[in-house]
Amino acid sequence: MIISLLAVIALGILAWMGSMMGFQYVLGVCLPYTAVIVFLVGFAWRIIDWAKRPVPFSIPTTGGQQKSLPWIKPATLDNPSDKAGVWGRMILEVLMFRSLFRNTNVSIEGDRVVYWSSKFLWLFALIFHYSFLIIFVRHFRFFAEPVPFFVNGVEMIDGILQIGAPRLFMTGPLVIVALLYLIGRRIFNQKVRYISLLSDYFPLFLIFGLCATGIAMRYFMKVDIATVKVFVMSLLHFSPDTAALAKIGSIFYVHMFFLAVLLMYFPFSKLMHAGGVFLSPTRNMANDSRMKLHVNPWNPEKVYRTYEEYEDEFRVPMAEAGLPVVKKPEE
Amino acid sequence: MYNSKYVISGLVIFLAVFSYPFWGNLASKDYTGPKLSLPADQKQCIEPVEFMRAEHMTLLNQWRDSALRDGKRVYVASNGATWEASLQKTCMSCHTNKAEFCDTCHLENAVEPYCWTCHVPPKGNE
Repeated sequence: MIISLLAVIALGILAWMGSMMGFQYVLGVCLPYTAVIVFLVGFAWRIIDWAKRPVPFSIPTTGGQQKSLPWIKPATLDNPSDKAGVWGRMILEVLMFRSLFRNTNVSIEGDRVVYWSSKFLWLFALIFHYSFLIIFVRHFRFFAEPVPFFVNGVEMIDGILQIGAPRLFMTGPLVIVALLYLIGRRIFNQKVRYISLLSDYFPLFLIFGLCATGIAMRYFMKVDIATVKVFVMSLLHFSPDTAALAKIGSIFYVHMFFLAVLLMYFPFSKLMHAGGVFLSPTRNMANDSRMKLHVNPWNPEKVYRTYEEYEDEFRVPMAEAGLPVVKKPEE
Repeated sequence: MYNSKYVISGLVIFLAVFSYPFWGNLASKDYTGPKLSLPADQKQCIEPVEFMRAEHMTLLNQWRDSALRDGKRVYVASNGATWEASLQKTCMSCHTNKAEFCDTCHLENAVEPYCWTCHVPPKGNE
C-alpha cells in the first residue's frame, strides 16, 4: 500500500519536475502518443489473446432455478438457459453490477454467525464507474470543434446544482468519495486488506491522483483551457503546437502524465476487467449443459468404429460360432 | 479464435469509440483557438489579464454575492482602483458584445455560465 502510494506520488513529482526542467515535449507530446498506442494495441492484444483460449467445460455461474420441467419457474437472468438470458444477464452485469449487489458480510453477533447484505461496495463501485464515465465524456469538449452535442447535455445535468463558479460538477466530489471508500475498504477491512496487493492499491491511487489534479485544475490552480484545447486539438491533428504547450501550467503535465501512465498500465493490469467481463466463461455461457453437448475444443479427434465395421471384420467367425449377425456371410 | 463474430465486432466498436478524437478530427481544419474581439479604446482590464483569464468567473460570482446579498457594490482592484461591482455597468461597458467576447471561448470549450438567465446579454455594436 505504502509502496504504491509512494509510486504514484513519485510519478506526480516526476511529471512536475519534468515540466519545469524542459521535458515539456517528452511529457506533452511523445508520452501521450505512446500511451494511446500502447492502450489501444495492448487492449486489442489482450482481448484477442483471451479469445484464443478454449473453454474446456461449460462453467456458467448460476444463482437461481435452472430451466427444467415446464411447471417450475426458471430464473432466466440468474440461470440463463439461452442466448437472450445471457445477453440480459451480461447487460445488467455491465451496467448495474448485479453480482456486487449480492455481496454479503459475515459477522459474529454474540454466539451466532450472522450473514447480512452488504451493499456499500456495490453502491460506491457504481458511483465510481458512472462518475468516471461522465468525466470521460465531459472531456470530449477538448477533442472536437464544434463541441459534440452530448457534452453540453452531460455538463448541464452534472452541474445542475449551480454551485459556485466555475460551476461545481457533482461527479468530481462523487468520484473522490467513491475512490476514498474503495481505498478505505482495502485498508480498514482486515479480510480485504489481507488479500490486497500492490496491483490493487496502485490503480486506485493513480486514478485518485488523476482525478485530484483534474479537480485542482478546474477549481484551484487554474490553467488556461482555451490554450489547452488549442494544444490538444493540435495533438489530434498530428501537428503538436509547442508554442501553446509552453504556455500551459505544470499541473496540466501532472494530469497528462497520470493519464498516460494509466493508459499504458491499463492493458496489463486488473483494470482489464473492462474488457474481460465480456469474455468470462462464467458469465457469457448459457447454462444449457443438459440440452447441448459442450465439446472441449482441445480434445483429440475421436476415432469411431461402428458396429457395421466391427461385423465386417468378424462376420465369418461370428457366424461360425453361432452368433447372430445382421448380414449373412457369403457362402 | 473462439466466438470471433462477437469478439471482433466488440473490439471494433471499442477501438472506434476510443480513437474517435483522432478520426473524428481528420476532416476538420486545424483549430487555432477562440478569436476574441477586445475593446478598441482600452488597454487594461480591471485586473491583469492572467488573473482575469483564470479567475473572472470567481470574481463575477463574488460580485454577485457582495452586490446582491450584502449590498456592497464597490470593488477595489489589486492596483487600488475602485470599480462598481456590476456585470452590466462595468464589464459590459467595455466588452459590449456577448457573442463576440464571452461566447467565443465559452462555446468552444462548452462552458455555459448562468449569468444570462437573469442579465440581458448586450448585443454591442449592432
